[in-house]
Amino acid sequence: MSASLAPSVYTFAESERPARGRVGMLCLILTESSFFSIFVAAYLFYIGKSLTGPYPRDVLSPPIVNTICLLSSSVTIVLAIRNLRAGARARFALWWLITLLLGVEFILGTAAEWYKLIYRDGLTIHTNLFGTTYYSLVGLHAFHVSVGLIGLGIVLLLALRGSVDRRHAERIEMLSWYWHFVDCVWVVVFLTVYVVGR
Amino acid sequence: MAGSLETALALEQEEVGLPRLERVHQWVVTVDHKRLGLMYIGAGLLFFVVAGLQAATMRMQLALPDNHLVPPAVFNRLLTMHGTTMVFLVGMPILTGFFNYLVPLMIGARDMAFPRLNAFGFWLWFFGALLLYFSYLGADGLYGAGSAPDVGWFAYAPLTERAFSRGNSTDYWILSIFLTSVGSTATAINIIATTISLRCEGMTLNKLPVMVWLALVTAFLMLVALPPLSAAQVMLLLDRYMGAHFFDTQAGGSALLWQHFFWIFGHPEVYILVLPAFGFASEIIPVFSRKVIFGYQVMVAASVAIGFISLGVWAHHMFAVGMSPAGNAFFVTSTMLVAVPTGIKIFNWLATIWGGKLRFRVPMLFCLGFLFQFLIAGLTGVILAVAPFDWQLTDTYFVVAHFHYVLVGAILFMIFAAIYYWFPKATGRMLSERLGRWHFWLLLIGFHLTFDPLHLAGLYGMPRRIYIYQPGRGLELFNLIASLGVAFQAAAVLLFIINVVRSLLVGAAAGDDPWDAWTLEWTTSSPPPEYNFAQPPMVKSRRPLWDLKHPDDPDWSYE
Amino acid sequence: MRLVSCSIASGFCKRLTAALLTVTTLARLSVAWAEDWGVGAANAKLMPNNVFAPAATPASVTAHLAYFVLGVTGAIFLVVGGLLAYAIVRYRWRPGDDDREPPQVYGSNPIELAWTTLPVLIVFVLILITGRTIYTVEAAPQPPDALQVRVIGHQWWWEFRYPSLGIVTANELHVPVSDPAHPRPTFLTLESADVAHSFWVPRLAGKTDVIPNRRNRMWIDPHQAGTYLGQCGEFCGSEHALMLIRVVAQPPAQFAQWVAAQQRPALRDPATAAGRELFLHTACVNCHTVRGTPAAGRFGPDLTHLMSRATIGAGAALNSPAHLQVWVDNPATIKPDVLMPAMNLSPADLNQVVAYLASLR
Repeated sequence: MSASLAPSVYTFAESERPARGRVGMLCLILTESSFFSIFVAAYLFYIGKSLTGPYPRDVLSPPIVNTICLLSSSVTIVLAIRNLRAGARARFALWWLITLLLGVEFILGTAAEWYKLIYRDGLTIHTNLFGTTYYSLVGLHAFHVSVGLIGLGIVLLLALRGSVDRRHAERIEMLSWYWHFVDCVWVVVFLTVYVVGR
Repeated sequence: MAGSLETALALEQEEVGLPRLERVHQWVVTVDHKRLGLMYIGAGLLFFVVAGLQAATMRMQLALPDNHLVPPAVFNRLLTMHGTTMVFLVGMPILTGFFNYLVPLMIGARDMAFPRLNAFGFWLWFFGALLLYFSYLGADGLYGAGSAPDVGWFAYAPLTERAFSRGNSTDYWILSIFLTSVGSTATAINIIATTISLRCEGMTLNKLPVMVWLALVTAFLMLVALPPLSAAQVMLLLDRYMGAHFFDTQAGGSALLWQHFFWIFGHPEVYILVLPAFGFASEIIPVFSRKVIFGYQVMVAASVAIGFISLGVWAHHMFAVGMSPAGNAFFVTSTMLVAVPTGIKIFNWLATIWGGKLRFRVPMLFCLGFLFQFLIAGLTGVILAVAPFDWQLTDTYFVVAHFHYVLVGAILFMIFAAIYYWFPKATGRMLSERLGRWHFWLLLIGFHLTFDPLHLAGLYGMPRRIYIYQPGRGLELFNLIASLGVAFQAAAVLLFIINVVRSLLVGAAAGDDPWDAWTLEWTTSSPPPEYNFAQPPMVKSRRPLWDLKHPDDPDWSYE
Repeated sequence: MRLVSCSIASGFCKRLTAALLTVTTLARLSVAWAEDWGVGAANAKLMPNNVFAPAATPASVTAHLAYFVLGVTGAIFLVVGGLLAYAIVRYRWRPGDDDREPPQVYGSNPIELAWTTLPVLIVFVLILITGRTIYTVEAAPQPPDALQVRVIGHQWWWEFRYPSLGIVTANELHVPVSDPAHPRPTFLTLESADVAHSFWVPRLAGKTDVIPNRRNRMWIDPHQAGTYLGQCGEFCGSEHALMLIRVVAQPPAQFAQWVAAQQRPALRDPATAAGRELFLHTACVNCHTVRGTPAAGRFGPDLTHLMSRATIGAGAALNSPAHLQVWVDNPATIKPDVLMPAMNLSPADLNQVVAYLASLR
């Protein structure tokens, strides 16, 4: 926003047009979806084409706990924002913290799964086509979760400092849209890797 | 509100008296969409000269058969850098630079929706551009004779895998284009958010200037089509550095997968490059025909249709890879279909001109060149859509001629039209009409001398991307004429540069509205103040200035 | 401050002429003496080599389709271009005109419908005709007596293997002429040993890509005897430009003779025994095969009947002992980035090896 001008200049646009933050975040989600879909396409294309093992059926087990945690975090983030809009800052911070912890559990769970795959099953990104597509797709998603966690963490720190109140609810909701997107991508990744791909 | 206006005016006064270093610093830290737009265009024009010199060198090598002006390794770097530079460092920045500059002005806004993101996007793009050219020094550069990427601008696998592309030249291609793409994505998000969220009062989507609609469609395509390239590049980088096997045919990987991913990006990319040209044409042609654009709603619908259909035609670049007959037939169908809305646009421009009072000022000259040349380009595109004939013509100079007809004959001509048309707005000075006419005619002659014969070279069996051809194949005359055209094009560009520099220094004052045009950017001063409009505008039709100039016969009584 | 004088336009003409003359002179001066290794004259005998001089069914059905499409697009160009030219002339502002704006026409739904429907119909026809040709060429069934050839693309040469005949050769593909009354087409399977290439001989068929880890298939049926020139059609690295193809179509009797000659093991001429020994004990055998000797390398072309081919270096030079001398000494002289290294033989050794190679008829 041009710093030298009073906010009243934007009155018409802000009240009558869709909010730019929402449009911007939807655009980001659209472009990221396009990015992920290429990795999903590569995964689907290479199913059954690995020349050597290990094969998915042998080493993959669906990460149910991780999934429950990540998907629940979408619910808790909604609760957090509802509280923020109502002005309940303490409860907002609490539900926000729970969201963060559920996200952290997801990352730790993924790390544990990878540890098993690498050191016990001998599957790395260069082992075969399955390894290549698995680590790149799951890794790309985990990277996006991590970036989300950084965002969540920053907001948590600000909330603990007392800097966050209902004026910021709209912007924090945009961050939550990103988080919901990351969860939806996980649904797709889960289906691709642990259901279709096995 | 009055207080803020005074503050803004006062700030502007302060700026004029600043020392030079401070003024440069203002440009470096700016978030003003107009300055960022000009920076994109300026940087793009610089790279245009560089890539033009690369092309001139290639044409000198190919002017004669069995020529040894440059060795094959250098030639292959030239062709890769020429293509990569022209697409990512010339086309994208200049065209999105124009959108950056014009979209907020045309919709009556003060700036883009996310000014800081705008600046971030520019500098990221700029860094990516520098990184690509650093490859001449880096990579093997200091040990060998410089090694820019040499795998062609579409970098087919497995030529780009470690085994066949040693050294780091391919890595420079991957990383620099990845960065410029992120920058472009930022611009696309900004264009869409601005257009949706910052339109002034009265400007419904049905009243958006056609150029802004095209900006919307272009930005949408950028959001959807740039990621497949970035994704494929990440995969290639994983192949090269972490032993992944995405395109590693020895491990069962697929070379075709790269081609699919690349062209899923690559075809929409060429629409990303041409749609802005359509946008400029839709603004400039009406003004110099003195008529409203014919069929506004059909033009908008056709643009949106082109955007969507263009996402489904990509494998017409892959007709020769051995897809099934059904696969080939599908892409023949979708490609032919995209020709329909494109043709409709040509007819609508023709109908806009029909019955008008044409003024052949320099922007209009370039528009007329665009119309003829784009017609031909579209028709050679239809010819190439015929898959069995494409099996003969793909990867030959016929395709090179076709796409240069689009990129130079259509897009470059419209870029020059746009520069001559909006330069007065951005700088407050007019470009010289006389120099502009010399520029136009020299470019026209040079363009046709170069690219018309190349169609025939393709028909006579000359593949593309060859550094040398042997005599006795009937290719000599076509190549010689094509190379002669370079001199005319170079002279044209030189004249253009002289025109710009001279006009910046001593050009005639432009005033707010030198062309007697009708959209919002012409209601503010030339150049516009940083805040664009003293009062946020209010519009009742698609041509607010027409309404003001013709109160007895306003547009809104007809729309 | 005036940067340029007002007479820029007149002085400019002189400057432009000078610039053009300089550029063209420089271009000529900068050309290193062009040595074409005899290929130019050989190519001139094969003219016209273009897509409108078809000599086989795939190329001729394509050419006929092309004539139709060119006709349609040419007509569209004349009509639309003509209307555009007319409009520019008819509706230009003339000095006597007043400054009133012309009538503003906002659009017309019937007209839009008309010029949407007509292109859709044209496109529909084009799609149908194109579809039919696609199937004619791509889905042609392989008759049982068709000649089968395996084409393997390498950086930067072509390997041709005839599995049913036990022949391996390089860069020059011999096939029987196919009489339309009793067709005997040649079916090619296309494989790559390294990167993507494309097999293209314009007078015989459109190009089909040669992609690693993928087997493509195409066919040709030359109607007339003769030599047809082709070239790799997919950028494959440094020497993509010098990866030419020669297809020699021969009447059945001559083709049978060629097959018989190729099936024989390498000629053993006592006069070149010294060269043969040198060949077998140098690095040559790592890359090249000569059937009937221990040499069984697969990286480079099969040399068993080297002298039966018209060119060397995949069309970079005419095949002659003199050119072979240059090639074996330092192939980069003829083909700068070729993967074959300079053999660094002493002049005496070089003469003997070349004499041996020249005996491999």
